[in-house]
Amino acid sequence: MTTIVQKPGAQAVPPVGQAEKKKVRLSRSLILPALIFALVLTQIPFLVTIYFSMLNWNQLYPNEVGFNWFANYVTVFTGPDFLSSLGATVLITGSSVVLSLLFGLGFAILLDRKFPGQAIARTLLITPFLIMPAAAALIWKWSMLDANVGMVNFALTTLGLPPVAWNTDLPAVTIIMLLTWQFTPFMMLILLAGLQSQSKDVLEAASVDGSGPIRTFQWITLPHMRQYIEIATLLGSIMLLQVFDPIAIMTKGTGGTKTLSYLLYERAFIGLDVGQAAAFGVVTVFITILVATIALRTLFKVFMNGGDR
Amino acid sequence: MLLTKKRALALSAILATSALALTGCSGAGGAKQDVTLTLATVSNPQMKDMEELKGEFESANPSIKVNFVQMEEGDLRAAVTADVASGAGQYDIVTVGAYEVPQWGANGWLQDLTPALKADATYDVEDILPPVRDALSVDGKQYAVPFYGESSILMYNKEMLAAAGVTISNNPTWQEVATAAQAVKDQGIADSGICLRGKPGWGDLFAPLTTVVQTFGGSWYDMDWNAQVNSPEFTEAVTFYKDLLANAGQADPVSYSFTECLNLLQEGKTAMWYDASVAASILEDAKTSKVAGKMGYAHAPTYKTAESGWLWSWNLAVPESSKNKEAADKFVLWATSKDYQQLVGKTLGWTRVPPGARISTYEIPEYKEAAAAFAPITLEVMSSVNPSQPGVNPQPWVGIQYVTIPEFQDVGNQVAQLVADAIAGRISVADALNKGQEIAQKAGDAHKK
Repeated sequence: MTTIVQKPGAQAVPPVGQAEKKKVRLSRSLILPALIFALVLTQIPFLVTIYFSMLNWNQLYPNEVGFNWFANYVTVFTGPDFLSSLGATVLITGSSVVLSLLFGLGFAILLDRKFPGQAIARTLLITPFLIMPAAAALIWKWSMLDANVGMVNFALTTLGLPPVAWNTDLPAVTIIMLLTWQFTPFMMLILLAGLQSQSKDVLEAASVDGSGPIRTFQWITLPHMRQYIEIATLLGSIMLLQVFDPIAIMTKGTGGTKTLSYLLYERAFIGLDVGQAAAFGVVTVFITILVATIALRTLFKVFMNGGDR
Repeated sequence: MLLTKKRALALSAILATSALALTGCSGAGGAKQDVTLTLATVSNPQMKDMEELKGEFESANPSIKVNFVQMEEGDLRAAVTADVASGAGQYDIVTVGAYEVPQWGANGWLQDLTPALKADATYDVEDILPPVRDALSVDGKQYAVPFYGESSILMYNKEMLAAAGVTISNNPTWQEVATAAQAVKDQGIADSGICLRGKPGWGDLFAPLTTVVQTFGGSWYDMDWNAQVNSPEFTEAVTFYKDLLANAGQADPVSYSFTECLNLLQEGKTAMWYDASVAASILEDAKTSKVAGKMGYAHAPTYKTAESGWLWSWNLAVPESSKNKEAADKFVLWATSKDYQQLVGKTLGWTRVPPGARISTYEIPEYKEAAAAFAPITLEVMSSVNPSQPGVNPQPWVGIQYVTIPEFQDVGNQVAQLVADAIAGRISVADALNKGQEIAQKAGDAHKK
């Protein structure tokens, strides 16, 4: 929103005089190399991927490389992998986003008040997000969920419950659980910022008018939080779509955990089929763009409404 | 990821060629041309030892320098395949697994080492373990020399089996092993009777499972490359493996591969383990293992065949695209010679001698003493397996726990995921193998004559 405020201001001061123009031209030409570099770095690889996706290129048969136009896309859309993988991606990304959002909101509400040791509690709650994804997956695999020495199963047996073979019997649940643990702090941070930006006067007025905490939350806090929730959902979805580490380390794509990014890895590095992997990649990018555009449009509306409010 | 990797490859290729050109220029003026060899290898301890000792070779051959490029197994496979297949010539010596050697040899990507090996009288090529040599040769041409090798054996905790009142013979059957595992589990001596790999992957789950399939009379393909994945024998083997895991195996099998089972056995939470023979040297290390000295070792369990151990080796080969073949041959022969083994033993310690490549390794008195617990069984198993026909029926490729066609990684991986689903009970064994049959047949069709 700050950009919206600043932009008209910047336009209101047009460059005056020849010297100013020269200065602008100079600064622009100084930026040009960086701009070209950024464009080359971000866009060329994508164009090359599109080119690769139209090749019959299996690294195992280097003498048979050649164009096959859309054959790889035909394989993508007619093969059994794509739809089930898309389903797994939607399930894993969707449930992880929703769950971490709910937990994040809960923790944010708890943290949004003064209590001794608040800073320590906040730091501890953020920690899961700071751990490298591969390291987190290893911790969960070995220390938490291991069927013989894991803490979770130890706790379950102490309570008299049977131990659970997490990766074998509940692979999708395992992955969603880990991702929720990892992304809850991220959601919490965004939502906490939202809660803290709430005007205390409004809350005070509500309580003076006799509104209880639940009604205050429902009618005042939640509408205020909508834009924060939406941006957290968007960013979380984009990040979770690319998740790879826990699947590679824990379930190896079994039991409905073969997401698009893991499938892509399998086609490229186990099947060594560069063409097919590139086709999967291009399709994934378009799906992501599609989803993100729709999500961004609705978000943009929210920003407008937010401005009106 | 692909792109950056490709670019990095291209860049390093340019660097390597310019480095070669430079050394070529500087050497041209001198009496003898200096050569720098680039060696791509997997970052395993034995390979690191080789890098540590390369100075010995360089001082004996002052005109040759050797550069090591160490990589993870997966990265190595990708980088070396790309280099060797495209003939870029970035590497002069490559480390190649037993799975790829015959394929690459037949493709004409690797230099035939037979003449060089025969020319050197002191090298004694006959000393290399015959099954390992067979696995590295195509039509009598040997394309690589083994640096170290392994088979698979049954490892068991003698104390636990004694407590359960069962014994394991030196050549056990799978039935015997299943009964023993059940006894251990039923009497509550350990949480599980046996640990077996269940992690999906052609090199994880399917390494031991393929040997079980073969000894049950099944195979991936028949002589005409018809897939045999849903044959009664294959199905029986997978069902047996699944039932053994369910009745007496470790909990959460899909999480378990080599490292996980190793931990379980070392912690005394399971009584038996069927896996790579190289594990024995880790189990016998008194510094890290709680079960050192308590372990017994036996041949891979069998059913319808006499032997069922697998065969793996990491090998050194010289790509056809190398521009320094003569110098490269020299280094390859040095690193796999009898003298090199002596050098490792004397400078780094006798347990660090690369195992499973030469018969004479097992005749070195110091090595025999240092590796007394597992050296005899390793040699025994490695000399008795038959990579040309490991199963009941003949097969059109040489190799035990893999099929030497390029598609096998992919086929093995996909079928392993299906079998893992079957182990977890999400689908039936029959359904998993019927789907696997389709996947395997597609790959087999490409090799039909």
